[in-house]
Amino acid sequence: MTHKRYRRKAYWNRPTMGWWERLYLPEILRGLGITSWVFLRNMGKWMTGRKGALTTYYPEERRSDYARHNRGKHVLTQRPDGSPQCIACNMCATVCPAKVIEIEAAFDPDDPAHPKYPSRFEIDYSRCIFCGLCVEACPEDAIRMVPEVPNLPSGQRMRMWIDREELLNWNPQRDVAKPYPPKGAA
Amino acid sequence: MIQDLVVYAVYIGFAIGMLMTFGLILTWVERKQGAVMSDRIGANRAYVRIPFTQIKLVWWGLFHGLADGLKMLVKEDFRPKSYDWYAYMVAPWVAFTPVLLVFAVIPFGGVLIPGELIPPLAGWFGDRTYTMQIAKLDAGLLIVFAFGGLTIIGCMLAGWSSSNKFSLLGALRAGSQMISYELILGLTLLGLILIYGTVDLDDIVRQQSGVVLGFLPAWGIVLQPFAATLFMAAAIAENKRIPFDLPEAESELIAGYFTEYSAMKMGLFMFAEFIEIAIIAALFTTLFLGGYNLPYMHDGGFSFPGGYDVPMSHGAVVVTQVVVFLAKVFLMCSFQILVRWSLPRFRYDQVLRFAWKFMFPLALANLTVTAVAVWLLRMVNA
Repeated sequence: MTHKRYRRKAYWNRPTMGWWERLYLPEILRGLGITSWVFLRNMGKWMTGRKGALTTYYPEERRSDYARHNRGKHVLTQRPDGSPQCIACNMCATVCPAKVIEIEAAFDPDDPAHPKYPSRFEIDYSRCIFCGLCVEACPEDAIRMVPEVPNLPSGQRMRMWIDREELLNWNPQRDVAKPYPPKGAA
Repeated sequence: MIQDLVVYAVYIGFAIGMLMTFGLILTWVERKQGAVMSDRIGANRAYVRIPFTQIKLVWWGLFHGLADGLKMLVKEDFRPKSYDWYAYMVAPWVAFTPVLLVFAVIPFGGVLIPGELIPPLAGWFGDRTYTMQIAKLDAGLLIVFAFGGLTIIGCMLAGWSSSNKFSLLGALRAGSQMISYELILGLTLLGLILIYGTVDLDDIVRQQSGVVLGFLPAWGIVLQPFAATLFMAAAIAENKRIPFDLPEAESELIAGYFTEYSAMKMGLFMFAEFIEIAIIAALFTTLFLGGYNLPYMHDGGFSFPGGYDVPMSHGAVVVTQVVVFLAKVFLMCSFQILVRWSLPRFRYDQVLRFAWKFMFPLALANLTVTAVAVWLLRMVNA
């Protein structure tokens, strides 16, 4: 069986313009026609109150179609009495690659089982990279991420911190995977 | 005498105000139109907050032009250690001023009779009439070319005095490109001059209010469609805009001949470019689109081809003409921006080949055909 010798083509991208394209002007006019048609279509949409572009005006408008598995916000879980489950062990703050978690521990003599609790628990969302390592590091299942987005956009960096009260203020019933309060908790 | 002074002061104020407004608005139109054409939203973040309230006026990003101007005014005014600082300082003005001067001969309206327009001043003005044109010169079109050709000196000066090789390359490109296309610009208009038999722009506009073939308005674009296309292409090249923006090709020459300019001096170059868009649009309107007149319109009103005459009062005519002129200019500006956002940039050798091997012969052919046609028509009519 003879093998047909492979012959490389001289030019694989030989220009394929016909005489019509070479005339230049008609193709230019066609291009201008396309762009002006898009322009008129989008202007028509704009005048009738629709948007031609798919862009969302971000701070004013929020997309409702974030992915179901998007985890954009932290929450602190609570004990049945409403105090945070966090024991201020600082493991999340230690593991955090962006160093955005700040915890200040305090002593609670009324609760001998959990004497240490966070008096301050703050996250700087201007630097958070949403990697979820804090959730993995937590020994008490005290910090979780929920499918929401924090109210981030702001002109000042100091406004992009979220403090303990806001982290504790969440709607636990929405997390069906881990029902709250945990079953068996008295 | 004083009356003349007042009228021309008003004209000059109108012209400068109009050009500056166009320069400012066009920066916005360019961004916004380009955005809409490519399914984007475009600049919409600059706003003006009414003092003591939280009411922010965004107005579709119209204030971005103001924000740009403010930024250019307060930026550091960098100066390179150039051996020719005088040329360096004067270059932006040399590029900017002639652009404004071109407008002096462009008519933006028909005849103005101030005494009839403002009855209380009728006694003072008497029966003086003025054409709505800053300088009524017989050599109108020649003045346009003379001043239009001056812009290039500014570009060359800027490139030469910046002590920067990118600037120098950009200036060289600008020089050869603008000289090439200047020629084509002139050649395309020779056909029009043959037909109208004058270079006075006001006269050209007046002749365009007639009809040809019984029903078509005698616009330049009807008589010389070929020349109109060539003129538009050459004018865009003359203005150094995409697809002919080789002198300032960002990917190759940073910013071309104004690389070393910053702050308001750079702003002057940009502003000159945007005003030149309006100037080109005004020239095209005047030469090819019937100037300040609507089809079948003249200083007395409308004369439709069927023999219907619709007379209009002087005030209505003046207002219509000014508004129509502005509208046509704006549409042509928009067309140039459409071209800028649609076509890709040429390579440099393609630019010059396009000028000398494609447009130059076409312009010559157009001129020859026009000359023969005009001659034949004269023979027939004689």
